[in-house]
Amino acid sequence: MNVLFLSAVWGVMMMFTGFLVKCKTKVRYIALTGMLLLVAASVADFAGFSVFNIKAPHMLFFDRFSLLFMIIVTATVLIYFLLSSRDMEKVGNYYSEYFALIFFVICGMGLISSFQSLLILFLGIEIISIPLYILAGTEKKNLKSNEAALKYFLMGAFSTGIMLLGITFLYGATGTFSTVFKLGPDTPPSALMIVGMLLLFFSMAFKASLVPFHFWTPDVYDGTPSVFTSFMATIVKAAVFIAFLKLFEESFGALHTKWQWIAAVITAATLIVGNITAVFQQSVKRMLAYSSIAQAGFMMLAVFALNTDGKEGLLLYAVAYSLATIGIFAVLAKMNDYTYSGFNGLARYEPLIAFSVTVFLLSLAGIPLTAGFLSKFYMLKAAMINGSGLWLIILAILMACVSIYYYFRVIQAMYFKEPELPQFSAHPSFRLGLIAVSALLILFGIFPNWILNWLYF
Amino acid sequence: MYSVLLILIPLLGGVVSFFIKSERSARINSLFTSLLSLGVVLAGLLFYREDKYWIHDGAWLSVFNSSFSLKADGLSKIFILLNALAYVLLFVSGWKVTYHNINRFYGLFLLTQAGMTGTFLAYDALLFYFFWELALIPMYFLCSQWGGPRRISVTLKFFIYTFAGSVLMLVSILYLYSKTSGMSFSFQEFADTRLQPARQIWLFWLFFIGLAIKMPVFPLHTWQPDTYEQSPYPGTAVLSAVMAKMGLFGLLRWLFHVLPIASFQWADFITPLALSGAIYASLLAFRQDDLKRFAAYSSMAHMGLLCAASFAQNLMGFQGVMLQAFNHGINILGLWIIVEIIERKTGTRKMSELGGLSQKAPALSVFLMVIALANIALPLTNSFPGEFLMISGIFTTLSKYNVWFTVLAGLGIILGAVYMLNMIRKVFFGEEKESVFAVTDISWNEKTALGIIVGIILVLGVYPQLLLQETSATAGAINEKFEIVRKAVLEQLLK
Repeated sequence: MNVLFLSAVWGVMMMFTGFLVKCKTKVRYIALTGMLLLVAASVADFAGFSVFNIKAPHMLFFDRFSLLFMIIVTATVLIYFLLSSRDMEKVGNYYSEYFALIFFVICGMGLISSFQSLLILFLGIEIISIPLYILAGTEKKNLKSNEAALKYFLMGAFSTGIMLLGITFLYGATGTFSTVFKLGPDTPPSALMIVGMLLLFFSMAFKASLVPFHFWTPDVYDGTPSVFTSFMATIVKAAVFIAFLKLFEESFGALHTKWQWIAAVITAATLIVGNITAVFQQSVKRMLAYSSIAQAGFMMLAVFALNTDGKEGLLLYAVAYSLATIGIFAVLAKMNDYTYSGFNGLARYEPLIAFSVTVFLLSLAGIPLTAGFLSKFYMLKAAMINGSGLWLIILAILMACVSIYYYFRVIQAMYFKEPELPQFSAHPSFRLGLIAVSALLILFGIFPNWILNWLYF
Repeated sequence: MYSVLLILIPLLGGVVSFFIKSERSARINSLFTSLLSLGVVLAGLLFYREDKYWIHDGAWLSVFNSSFSLKADGLSKIFILLNALAYVLLFVSGWKVTYHNINRFYGLFLLTQAGMTGTFLAYDALLFYFFWELALIPMYFLCSQWGGPRRISVTLKFFIYTFAGSVLMLVSILYLYSKTSGMSFSFQEFADTRLQPARQIWLFWLFFIGLAIKMPVFPLHTWQPDTYEQSPYPGTAVLSAVMAKMGLFGLLRWLFHVLPIASFQWADFITPLALSGAIYASLLAFRQDDLKRFAAYSSMAHMGLLCAASFAQNLMGFQGVMLQAFNHGINILGLWIIVEIIERKTGTRKMSELGGLSQKAPALSVFLMVIALANIALPLTNSFPGEFLMISGIFTTLSKYNVWFTVLAGLGIILGAVYMLNMIRKVFFGEEKESVFAVTDISWNEKTALGIIVGIILVLGVYPQLLLQETSATAGAINEKFEIVRKAVLEQLLK
């Protein structure tokens, strides 16, 4: 609960800071303080210490899983702020508003990781989406940014409509908005319910950019300023998956066998389309957009498997994937040239940054000794224990091999190609931050017990 | 603890190497590291023979029931010896060769050694997979940073190819894990799974493809000639002398123990595949003009024979394979060192531009002659007992095509003599070509390295018992596994 209130309050506060504080450095420090407080609040929540202990029965309930996820969210956003908040200055004049919007998104993520009622889910999704529509269009003079915002808004509104329709159908079938409803043990689910479930499935798939509902993703991610793409493509996406998993476990777990094949088909399509299309991209940013679709395919394995391994693995996946992608985007945001050749010879003049980007890419590709491997391993294990998805596992790992091709192109450019004009300036603290994040990824990869024991204790 | 030391030494040496600035210190550091690990291996083989030194059981990934457990059997010991020996020889023979950023070059190189040693020791399936990949990643960076002009695309192909193989292996490991009684990755639990024959088949193929790519076995070899050609010499030498043996090791230690029934059933399919691959590679080796590609195909031919002999699945075959795996490592290492010297001294590695080298470099020619004869498996060289055991293993296999297999294997060995002697004729004899006019004979460090190799060739040629006594228990253990399978299959046939 702490996080929910604090993020909303701090978001409003950041909006007013825009009037009162003109110095951008001060604004940044206020935002960082807020983020630190949020991390502390989420840890306090987890430890059982809650300042705002408001009971909302059948609406909201923070269990261990969602509390842990909130720690992950706040800690990742903190790292994101540390790495990228300087680059937000370049986007436009409304510096403090950007922070405010991000705080609101965190509030929405709190809702969708703890909902007990479909209405709260709907609220949470909307609270996440609307600030993101704005963030996508922050670069007002840039046509592509405007296009991204409009496209994201139209498509997002459409999918929200579908979600609402699904919720209505479910209400008609069950007579309650609660996610937990009784299914008769023998009676087959009514047609109304099946339709409602499918509509919810598709609208969630839309938010998580799964194939064939992914068409908005590349253009939106490409058009949005890189600093914000990094936020949209990582933590937000992970949160949507948490909600997806939660909804389908609590409400439709009993119908698992009925929708499992749809999940399997969508997973397979997402893996294939995401990975194969990423191979043909010329811009690293677009490649990362498609890679985020491909990674969503892997996360979808948790929804497909629907067991505890998948649930725990999804948390780990959220950490590994978000940290690595945020790191790469932080470097990308500092570049003028988004094509592969923009990275040429980076290792010559920025060896530390090149090394950490290599770690991020290896982690995304799922190479052992990085956290990325462990999270992918968890997903495969979940699907294996589920027992019916062997073909999906083999497809997933073959697609992981395809992904090596496009991730390693960046490594090749950095290490094996001659540098062009050095066009990179970084603060020493930025280098330090990147190295720290990559060390974190390697530590999780070699001694995963540290984080896993925490999950289990 | 002893076995952990074997991994730690090259790992630390490799990491330290990245931080060394001067070229000379980097060389000394890497030579010292490799000598230290060789010393530790030799001390272990001679003095600390009891199992307690070679077994380690530490906590690692307790949530998956995977532990940091290491164990060396006879097979691991000789592969680790080969590994340590190869590094010392390569550092000695390359003492005067310079590479740009040599500290990083040697650092990555030593990290590969740590990975390979770990693979040979791992007694836990997940750990095995970890080390398997750990050996691959530094090798990728090594080859694509210091290799030939086409290195970038070629090594990426190599990486994707082998990575695909190893993740297929991972799927098989995961499936077996979900079928173990206690949900554990330990070797013992894996060996006790005893799955139904029908289920073993596709698991076997997933596992085998990963190993076959590493060896490589026809038709999964297409990455190999290009990679060997484009990699820097030490990388190529380690790839063919030691890393290829990782595939063989996985076959003998993991696949045959865990999935014996499927291995037995598919032997008749894989043996002709491996043998025809060996003959195909020999024919290609005969047609090569480039010395590196020549050695690459020669290595592939020998690996095909080794794979076929492992699938003979009897005591003689296993003994032969283990002996010959070591010997092939030593011989191909010698061949690579010599090819490197030739290219460095003449500036070319095309056979058509070489000739009459024996006049200019008599010592080199003598060494090459011995190593080439060892590759042909002439009696009194190390390969003779190994290949003899392998061929008799193939002949005494239970398969009804055993005579045909033996004929094919024999053909492969004969072709080996043809291409090897042809290469010697072209490069060392005949009239002197322009490229060899300025050649001088080899220096002391190269003489030392090649001398050690020739020494090993002769000693093991006369007294192979040195290695056989290490491996006989391991070979017996694998054979016993197949004895049970054979009995069961015979019973089923009689019913």
